[in-house]
Amino acid sequence: MNYSAWSLLRGALAGHRNWSPAWAPCEPKSRYDAVIVGGGGHGLAAAYYLAKNHKVSNVAVLERGWIGGGNTGRNTTIVRSNYLYPESARLYDFSLKLYEGLARDINYNIMLSQRGLVLLAHSRHDLDAMARWANAMRMNGIDAEMLTRDQVAALAPALDLSPTARLPIVGGFTQRRGGTARHDAVAWGYARAASRLGVDIVQNCEVRGFVFESGRAVGLETSLGTIRTERIGIAAAGHSSVLAKLAGFSLPVTSYALQALVSEPIKPLLDTVVISPGTGAYVSQSDKGEMVIGAMLDLFPSYAQRGSFAVEQSIIAGTLAMFPAFSRLRMLRQWAGIVDVVHDSSPIIGPTPVPGIYINCGWGTGGFKAIPVGGWTLAHVLATGENHPLAEPFQLERFVSGRLIDEAAASGIAH
Amino acid sequence: MMQLDCPWCGKRDENEFVCGGTTHIQRPPLSASDRDWGEYLFFRDNPKGLHLERWRHASGCGQWFNLARSTVTHDIVSVYAMTDPAPR
Repeated sequence: MNYSAWSLLRGALAGHRNWSPAWAPCEPKSRYDAVIVGGGGHGLAAAYYLAKNHKVSNVAVLERGWIGGGNTGRNTTIVRSNYLYPESARLYDFSLKLYEGLARDINYNIMLSQRGLVLLAHSRHDLDAMARWANAMRMNGIDAEMLTRDQVAALAPALDLSPTARLPIVGGFTQRRGGTARHDAVAWGYARAASRLGVDIVQNCEVRGFVFESGRAVGLETSLGTIRTERIGIAAAGHSSVLAKLAGFSLPVTSYALQALVSEPIKPLLDTVVISPGTGAYVSQSDKGEMVIGAMLDLFPSYAQRGSFAVEQSIIAGTLAMFPAFSRLRMLRQWAGIVDVVHDSSPIIGPTPVPGIYINCGWGTGGFKAIPVGGWTLAHVLATGENHPLAEPFQLERFVSGRLIDEAAASGIAH
Repeated sequence: MMQLDCPWCGKRDENEFVCGGTTHIQRPPLSASDRDWGEYLFFRDNPKGLHLERWRHASGCGQWFNLARSTVTHDIVSVYAMTDPAPR
């Protein structure tokens, strides 16, 4: 069923009893042309682009829990492409461009809102660093504008703009094409679009091992039986190392908890995304009216999907330094996702030391914005055996050659 | 909040400490291949379960020590000195 104003009207007249499931529940078959491990945004997008771009539709996505229940449902829904180096700029801006056309492409409203994002400068040195950052973006063909203090005040008047603030605001810069998208809709939309092209979406299916024949991976052992396939794509974020270990290789990845929290809904107050590298906190307001607040990692290895109270305290302190008016807001929910952090804060998309297994990981704290390009490039290498040109610099081999892409802008805030 | 048992200062809140990552990593000889050197610098076991790691009581005595801690429950199984061998 195609979603449209007409289908909505028909649904309304039929008492909304005519809707079919967005994707078909299914048991896995015993053989596929390709299998994606991980039913988050990246895995679902990879399956969709395999079917759409490469006409490989005999594909399964295996998800241990439920679709979008990992980091895709645990982020702060921000999209942007304000990266420093040309390789990253190309990659992330391709992703943002795919996001810009995604709702039409997959016939699913992802509620993309390009409300812009504002990075705050708290000192002359911040301004200098941001001028370099913004200029690098413009050199790479991406929109960026330096802002004066008055321009920041006009964009986000709720900020504490007084000269006596704990961290006074002296200016900043903005990427106006940045903003937010509905995270669940991205997962559900890709799942539905992939399912409509014949992809099997298998939930509650845990991968417990791999099947090898003469040094090649030729299948997977799962909680729902053995599945044979010649091409396996891993898109498991914070659990990448666990799967790599099952396959017999290691990764330059450390898993950390990244937490966020949302307040009770309030009236419209903030129509942009505000990031303060100084306080380490960033804030946006969801369409429901909740203030969505994120910040830095819990800086010790963790697979527990909960953040520590120590970091939560500093997130709240940082947020209140920016927005004193939030001091009596009640927080509704707090959560953490397990993110896969690599040394240079850049992703890994390509083959692994085990023939037949390809990986998409290392997005760390910034995976949500990269879902379209992560799926696009993983699908490309799975279908053709060749790296996508955008993914070529982002290979596992760089940790041996030393050709790192040390993207400090990856996190947007100081980690 | 997680509490760590500093061998010198006793139990303190986690935000007094800094985690230095995996411990017991042996530096390879300077004649190591690029691959071995890369693995030494960047590749980690990153276990889901018991992890042997080093911490520093940064806002306290400033001393380093080792922990065996679960990355799933955050339970601390043992605290031992920097020069002690890995617990078995």
